[in-house]
Amino acid sequence: MSRMILRKMRKNQKGVITAVKKDGELGRRIRDMGLVPGTEITVQGRAPLYDPVALRVMGSVISLRNNEADFIEVEVQP
Amino acid sequence: MTAEFRIALAGNPNSGKTTLFNALTGSRQHVGNYPGVTVEKKEGVYRLEHTKINIVDLPGTYSLTAYSEEEVVARDFLIFEKPQVIVNIIDAANLERNLYLTTQFFELGIPVVIALNMIDAARDRGIEIKEDRLAEYLGVPVVPIIARTGFGTQKLMEETVRQAAKKKEWNPKPISYGEDIDSTLLDLEEKITAGNFLIDTYPARWIAIKYLESDQQIIDRGRKENAVLSAVLEKEVEAVARHLRETMETYPEAMVADHRYGYIKGILQRGVISHKYDKDRLYTSDRIDKVLTNRFLGPLFMGLVLFALYTFTFNYSELPVAWLESLFGQLALMADHLLPDGQLKSLVVSGIIDGVGGVLGFVPLIMFMFFGIAILEDTGYLARVAFMLDRIFRIFGLNGSSVMAYILSGGIAGGCAVPGVMATRTLRSPKERMATLLTAPFMNCGAKLPVLALFIGAFFSENKAQYMFFFTILSWTVALVLAKLLRVTVLKGESTPFVLELPPYRFPTLKGLFIHTWEKTWQYIKKAGTVILGISIIIWAMMTYPGLPEKDKEKFVQQRQEVEAAYPAMIVAGSNMTISEEEAAERSRMLAAIDRAESGMALRYSVAGRVGTALESVSFLAGFDWRTNIALIGGVAAKEVILSTLGTAYSLGGDNQDQSGSLGQVLAADPGWNPVKALSVLLFISYYAPCFVTVICISREAGSWKWGAFSMVFNTLFAFILAILVFQIGSLFC
Repeated sequence: MSRMILRKMRKNQKGVITAVKKDGELGRRIRDMGLVPGTEITVQGRAPLYDPVALRVMGSVISLRNNEADFIEVEVQP
Repeated sequence: MTAEFRIALAGNPNSGKTTLFNALTGSRQHVGNYPGVTVEKKEGVYRLEHTKINIVDLPGTYSLTAYSEEEVVARDFLIFEKPQVIVNIIDAANLERNLYLTTQFFELGIPVVIALNMIDAARDRGIEIKEDRLAEYLGVPVVPIIARTGFGTQKLMEETVRQAAKKKEWNPKPISYGEDIDSTLLDLEEKITAGNFLIDTYPARWIAIKYLESDQQIIDRGRKENAVLSAVLEKEVEAVARHLRETMETYPEAMVADHRYGYIKGILQRGVISHKYDKDRLYTSDRIDKVLTNRFLGPLFMGLVLFALYTFTFNYSELPVAWLESLFGQLALMADHLLPDGQLKSLVVSGIIDGVGGVLGFVPLIMFMFFGIAILEDTGYLARVAFMLDRIFRIFGLNGSSVMAYILSGGIAGGCAVPGVMATRTLRSPKERMATLLTAPFMNCGAKLPVLALFIGAFFSENKAQYMFFFTILSWTVALVLAKLLRVTVLKGESTPFVLELPPYRFPTLKGLFIHTWEKTWQYIKKAGTVILGISIIIWAMMTYPGLPEKDKEKFVQQRQEVEAAYPAMIVAGSNMTISEEEAAERSRMLAAIDRAESGMALRYSVAGRVGTALESVSFLAGFDWRTNIALIGGVAAKEVILSTLGTAYSLGGDNQDQSGSLGQVLAADPGWNPVKALSVLLFISYYAPCFVTVICISREAGSWKWGAFSMVFNTLFAFILAILVFQIGSLFC
């Protein structure tokens, strides 16, 4: 088990969110989508130019930009 | 006895809300706008025996914050219009996330009925939901439905009526947000109640939560109501915020959100939901995505889809457009026969029929465009387009969804800015959307193409294809660069977060597609139709009045008489002609030449002609003479008018459409024209003020006439500066 920021995660890697370090509109939008501590995520893939990233969260697929993923910390399975 | 209820339909985007609304209300819908914003307000009626249920379809939202227009509209509606019940539609396959919005209804305390939608799709995914347990733990009725087939909708409405009939008071549900927040909440609530602070409008605890979430709308209202008390509340929130930051590196709003999810998780864990398959199993939709958003295949397929949308919109609408054109041609012909020669006839034919025909001529285009977009949107593909292109468009301060508007506007040469501007509705971020709709008209629309073709043919005939390609690339460059310029000046601001849901691929319902298409098209007809009629009459008057003085008219009458005297045989009607065919041809040729000379002179004498002449004192900088100026003024009504007006100004006869060849020859031979001037004029035409229909659409989509006016002034200035530069620098070398 190790912690890393979401941007660094590889395709198909799984993890559990430990923190979302952002307030304001962006923070709100991230939480609205269910990206809160304790949520399991899987990196589904990336856009052709490696950005944004697509995540599987609670049965839906959410995309966010890499610079938005920087605020999300994840505990990943090795 | 008949009863009447008013309910709101609310839920996440992609939860099937629109499908349910269509299933309940069918064609009994009314679409308007919420006052002051561009968010659509849809209302419809459902009848259950003797009960009339008025349903308001709230915009699809994930939350009820103050960050987006949609969310503000939704919660203001709930608070100020107080519907008796909210029907909260929830995607059964995505229960946890969808219930997040529900918790915010609980915070308001408004009675909720949950419509658990797409239970079939959830079952296919191996998800089983015990709705009775869910209802028990949430404390609200839960009705499983399948909106697409109509399954369960009657039961849903029966339950809704039962709840509405109870006329329950609003009863906020106390959700716990953790010790720190809870104790602060209690304290704030006490102060709010004691100070009688906004509690006529909002529940006290809800106000306290919004202060903790630093909700700008509520804080602003609070300051207006009682600045002193508001400051006290803000200070207390600040204290707890500091405490949370120092001890746990978090924010009050994050705590609130986390605990809302905690509340949901707590309920779902009590045997409400069971998964038959492994949660990480790939669904069909994910498998499709493996191909459609693949690094290599994805962009390729997207190119094909966008090209197909373009072809569908413009090629398949050709036939109905031609029908409409011939219909209006017939009308004009009829008016021509019925009305006596003179001003009235000219007004009806050139002003009214041409003007209204111009607007209605777009209708098939718009219908096809919206139909195509509805398919892309309802299947879920549109979100993938935004996903794949976001990285590129972000550089210019836009986002991935901007590409559609550009392509429809003429990014593939020959589109139209009207559907392009309207297509920006699919962009959810306001600033990116404004920048897109203001720059989409820079693309080469179908009406600019003949102008390009004529000038390029006349002056750059050796490299036609290269020049056409160059102008297309240039349009993209100009649109993107100016979008960037707008985003760092008038539309300055951080890029809107791009947290976007990629909904599962679904088959659209035909009913949904048709309702969607018809609604949008009808809005266009209503808005554009009324305004454009007035404007086309004004333009017509400018190019008609004042008429030539009698003295000049007589001159032309005299000339005609001379011609008729020279070929007298034609005047005698009969079959035994004495003049030869050549003579007859010569005669009508000369008469037509006189007509053209007269209309050319009349045009110069008219208001438009005088304005064009007066503008020469400025426009000479870019090399434009008065004839060009008049044509450009006419082009503001519609770009199609440019060539015909230029033809009239060169006395080539305004009405016949097939004179472009000869106009090209005349211009190429005219000593006043050269390739540099042609290039300068072309660039100006490509980028100056959009046509009036587009300006009206821009104003409507942007929600204010100021933006319509802005686009006219800004585009014209930009085009003029560009034209001056090209003309002045180019003239140095020629």
